[in-house]
Amino acid sequence: MRIRVWGCRGSLAAPGADTLRYGGNTSCVELRGDNGEVLVLDAGTGMRPLGVAMSNDGAARIDVLLSHLHLDHLQGLGFFRPLFDPGREIHIWGPSSPVQSLADRISTYLSPPLFPVRLEDIPANLEFHDAPEEPMAIGSLIVRASLVTHQGPTVGYRIEEQGHSVVYLPDHEPGLGLGISGRPAEWVSGYGLAHRADLLLHDAQYGDGEYPHHIGWGHSAIAHVVDFARMAEVDRLLLFHHDPYHTDDELELMVADARRCWGAESSRVQAACEGMTVTFAGDGVSIDPAGGSTRTSS
Amino acid sequence: MATEGSKSSEPSLPLILARELAANLATPMFLIDAGGTLVFCNEAAELLLGKSYGEIGGITALEFGAMLDLENVDGTPMRRRDSPAGVAFYDREPAHRTLLATTLDGSRQPFEVTAYPLFGHVGEMHGVLTVFWRAKE
Repeated sequence: MRIRVWGCRGSLAAPGADTLRYGGNTSCVELRGDNGEVLVLDAGTGMRPLGVAMSNDGAARIDVLLSHLHLDHLQGLGFFRPLFDPGREIHIWGPSSPVQSLADRISTYLSPPLFPVRLEDIPANLEFHDAPEEPMAIGSLIVRASLVTHQGPTVGYRIEEQGHSVVYLPDHEPGLGLGISGRPAEWVSGYGLAHRADLLLHDAQYGDGEYPHHIGWGHSAIAHVVDFARMAEVDRLLLFHHDPYHTDDELELMVADARRCWGAESSRVQAACEGMTVTFAGDGVSIDPAGGSTRTSS
Repeated sequence: MATEGSKSSEPSLPLILARELAANLATPMFLIDAGGTLVFCNEAAELLLGKSYGEIGGITALEFGAMLDLENVDGTPMRRRDSPAGVAFYDREPAHRTLLATTLDGSRQPFEVTAYPLFGHVGEMHGVLTVFWRAKE
């Protein structure tokens, strides 16, 4: 299993000189299974360059797992080149609604006047599904979804293969209410998904000083993220969904804060950046910010 | 590490959010899961009961009703099944009644009790939230 980060910015794309190191594209992560399975976690603006990279890769089936339908997780979908290839079978998964189908909700955005192309005019073979309530196999990947605390219906995903696991919680505020410390673990949103994952990609939008002004907005403070990751006993933590107002230098200060909260072996905490790859193989996990193959043991 | 997390019996998000809501309010609230087990009561409810959740947790809703010794306001016994929580759980409908319950000091007090089932997006029931309001004399 291998993942590559194509976008890790939150809320709004934030290109510019101040965001070059971590990137300005919004949430999109490519996950490849050992047998060629292709999952795409969220359809933020990072999906555009991913689509370019996939133009000629020959993957007949692509599964897009949407955490929720806020625009920063959806805006890249219409610019994903495989959508315009009639030979592709693209399955789109997202949180259920008692009112509208997933296709109808996505059509709210992917239709005029907000977008020039209608969903029904997309050449690829599109299929829409509610996020599975029970673990689901896509090839050799086992995918599990669960609702988590955010603004509006939002699911997190856990993907497992060959004894390795990655958990994706890009927009998540588990500390809402009474905080995390001292609560029974099983009563913390997302805990069941994240428990003992090899890698957790988690919302880290706010510094601890910013969070009190954003309680209930659906995002997490650094201290809460670390508390959550520690409670869930994850092996490695990737800070994700960077605030669009945070510069590269500010993000590095936030990483330093997170590592202080984490304590020993603080290098297990990193901030996601565009181009970062993570490879799961054997008993190790390799994380390379530049997409290479520097190996670290788990 | 991959296979050690993810227990299917973990509380669902609607239950987690209901618990958070109750934990932040001063009104007595009780939370029952979809299997009929009392899974949480807030501090106000503990005060009403005179027992902590740690002392009573894990009992069934029916056992919990017996603990409160619920009666109709005219003093006649109330079938557990007819309590608001019983109606919400078994009939999957919201229910409200005025009833008598035994409080911490052993006195019989009137309460307005409202219970409602918690349904998810695809109609699945996650549990029942029950609210006790001290009735006006």
